[in-house]
Amino acid sequence: MNLLGKLDWNAIPLHEPIIMGATGFMVLVVVVVLGFVTAKGAWLYLWREWLTSVDHKRIGTMYCILALVMMLRGFSDAIMIRSQQALAAGGAQGYLPPEHFNQIFSAHGTIMILFMAMPFVVGLMNFAVPLQLGVRDVAFPTLNSVSFWLTASGALLVNISLAVGEFSKATWWGYPPLSEMQYSPGVGVDYYLWSLQISGIGTLLAGINFVTTILKLRAPGMSYMRMPVFCWTALAANLLIVAAFPVLTATLAMLALDRYLGFHFFSLEGQGNQMLYSNLFWVWGHPEVYILILPAFGVFSEVMATFSGKPLFGYRSMVAATMTICILSFLVWLHHFFTMGASANVNGFFGVMSMIIALPTGAKVFNWLFTMYGGRVRFSVPVLWSIGFMVTFVIGGMTGVLLAVPPADFQLHNSVFLVAHFHNVAIGGVVFGVMAGYNYWFPKAFGFKLDERWGKASFWCWLVGFYVAFMPLYVLGLMGMTRRMQHYDNLSWRPWLIAAAFGTAIILVGVVCQVVQLVVSIRNREELRDVTGDPWNGRTLEWATASPPPAWNFAFQPKVAELDAFWSSKNRAQATKDEPTPTRKYEPVEMPKNSATGFVTAFFAVVIGFALIWHIWWLASVGVFGAFVTLLAFSFRRYNEIEVPAEEVARFVRSHQAGVAA
Amino acid sequence: MNIAVAIDQIPQDELPSASEAGPAPKRIVVAYGFWIFLLSDIIMFAAFFASYAVLVRSTAGGPTGAQLFNQTTVAIETVCLLVSSYTCGLMSLAINSRRYLRTYLGALITFALGAAFLSLEIREFSSMIAIGAAPQRSAFLSAFFTLVGCHGLHVALGLIWLIVMMVQVAVFGFAARVQHRLLCFSLFWHALDIVWVGVFTVVYLMGVSS
Repeated sequence: MNLLGKLDWNAIPLHEPIIMGATGFMVLVVVVVLGFVTAKGAWLYLWREWLTSVDHKRIGTMYCILALVMMLRGFSDAIMIRSQQALAAGGAQGYLPPEHFNQIFSAHGTIMILFMAMPFVVGLMNFAVPLQLGVRDVAFPTLNSVSFWLTASGALLVNISLAVGEFSKATWWGYPPLSEMQYSPGVGVDYYLWSLQISGIGTLLAGINFVTTILKLRAPGMSYMRMPVFCWTALAANLLIVAAFPVLTATLAMLALDRYLGFHFFSLEGQGNQMLYSNLFWVWGHPEVYILILPAFGVFSEVMATFSGKPLFGYRSMVAATMTICILSFLVWLHHFFTMGASANVNGFFGVMSMIIALPTGAKVFNWLFTMYGGRVRFSVPVLWSIGFMVTFVIGGMTGVLLAVPPADFQLHNSVFLVAHFHNVAIGGVVFGVMAGYNYWFPKAFGFKLDERWGKASFWCWLVGFYVAFMPLYVLGLMGMTRRMQHYDNLSWRPWLIAAAFGTAIILVGVVCQVVQLVVSIRNREELRDVTGDPWNGRTLEWATASPPPAWNFAFQPKVAELDAFWSSKNRAQATKDEPTPTRKYEPVEMPKNSATGFVTAFFAVVIGFALIWHIWWLASVGVFGAFVTLLAFSFRRYNEIEVPAEEVARFVRSHQAGVAA
Repeated sequence: MNIAVAIDQIPQDELPSASEAGPAPKRIVVAYGFWIFLLSDIIMFAAFFASYAVLVRSTAGGPTGAQLFNQTTVAIETVCLLVSSYTCGLMSLAINSRRYLRTYLGALITFALGAAFLSLEIREFSSMIAIGAAPQRSAFLSAFFTLVGCHGLHVALGLIWLIVMMVQVAVFGFAARVQHRLLCFSLFWHALDIVWVGVFTVVYLMGVSS
């Protein structure tokens, strides 16, 4: 018996200069960051204030940081895909061998959806939802920390796969039989399986947490129809998480059983059924895209209303559209494989359902337009992202309706037309949405705004770059180019692919502008400082407290009497300006205590994942035992709450008010 | 006394609607969250059920359910699990009235019945594997072992949870959070019964009838 399972020195691809260069760079960044923390003597601070924090704002911020880091990783993959396809025409083979190219597009999809978009969206919800609801934290703060760290564990495993072993070559949805042991004997698919499984469980727990928070913890007076739209979209997204992620867990478990124990769910022998996997995967996978886009819709709604200085047009129809999409998203999964050979009636049903989803989405677009109409629109960075979204997403939505027609899909299936379509909605919808949210809530999280000029530069590069990069793919799809080609012989495709690569370069400039924006903003934070806590003249409760908010969010429990609670309270305050404000007695606040449970459990999750990937069975048992003991220790903790004394709350409020007055 | 009149006498504006009442108490939040978890767990089972239904005829020339399932064993298993739900309910009553002895007794019987269920299931599995009807034999058997085994795994985890909870009762008494956790445990245990009713019907009853 081998103590290290399948792991040996050959697992590290020392002969691959590109992979080793990337690994070296990654290690360098980690070393620099760790060195910086050590040099600043910030380990204790980091441990106390961030790693063991159960504060939803801190956890949300960490989610967003994880997403931004993983975006750089996923984007490097995108650059490699586009440059390879620009080069490898006719006799030229480009610089990426097929087995490496296959890993790159698989990693690109996995990372962008599960480790960039997902953490970003969950991070924004984490940060904003409890504040918007006017409460102190989520329903289960320690569980929230566990969720985050499990997501981070999955991301870590994906990054380890770069240096130790390989990543999956079987695309981000891992269809069998290609992903079975017979055709993918390496550890790549196992890295894919366990990183998704671990982060998926984290996401499921987050979904449970947020559904409970939104339905059971709202400020007094906040009935459902007084909830901010972002909370509604978060509710819809988390309901989808609760209803869809268990299917992913089950599906990945079945594939793992096939690979590890020779089961026959999806294998070619033993009468396994490969299409079963496709169905199960997309029963999760299609709601997943709405899990990503619905909160983005929520961000746009908040941004549009705030920066137009008007209430959102058609609040009720927005809520209805959100919940309609939430339900319909479970009735369209088959459009991912119309070519499977289902009967015409089945394809017809799913085609029609897919088209119907465009209706509530279209209603939303009109609501945003009418919100702007007659408003005094301030063209700040979040608004630019939102307008860019509206134009781009409508185009992506229309190509989506086109693909929903089964006969058209038979022609376009597996072509780069499809690639163009889903990037059109994923970038134009989700990425633009999280960017709008990032610029919108950044001052709330850190107390200073992001630099407008660099933010605008970034937006324009992204927008123009997106069109230059993806419109050619529509053309190429119609010319018959299929997806995932490491090399092609048809030279007439090449100019379009060069244009697409050029577009990616423009997006790269946009990404650089974003990094610069962050650096410049941190450097100029004193000029960009916002002491009021309400830099945009906001409408919802998160702007009613200081920036950054104290751990307890609100010194007094806000009371809500109508929609846009903070806006109406500002108007009332304006009306009663001359009356003296009644003095209120501060009360001590009970807050959840920090806990290392999330961090330690996630550490053991990484151990379990790594051990299972490399078939190191004893280590996996150690990991399971460690995680169990950690959770047990948490359950035996006597005190989960600490009390913040009333004087501390009062002191914070006084210093904040002094800052506002100055 | 006419209740309708009595309700009419309450001034309406003093009673906020439930959705405006503000944050719910901890006990409600914990139980509600656990319900949501249970729903998600049942959806996971639904995926296994669906796979089983798709693969039930994919026996690859191997044994079918009708040849393998022993209805007597399954009937005893079912009785064990259903009765354990009843004793779990008795335990909940004892917890509500804060009686230690009855709580321990209820937990003990629940544990014993759960363990009996589990050992019968393990015996069924091992006898099937002994005659070559292992999960590697066919897609049908893969799906069978996974669906039923997943339920069994839940029962096993429930048993561990029950032990931990009894230790907590011994250490902390009937503290609020211990009560919350015991409430979640009983929800979990009853949910496993519901899943078992599904397994019993879809796998065993329909398996031998066809």
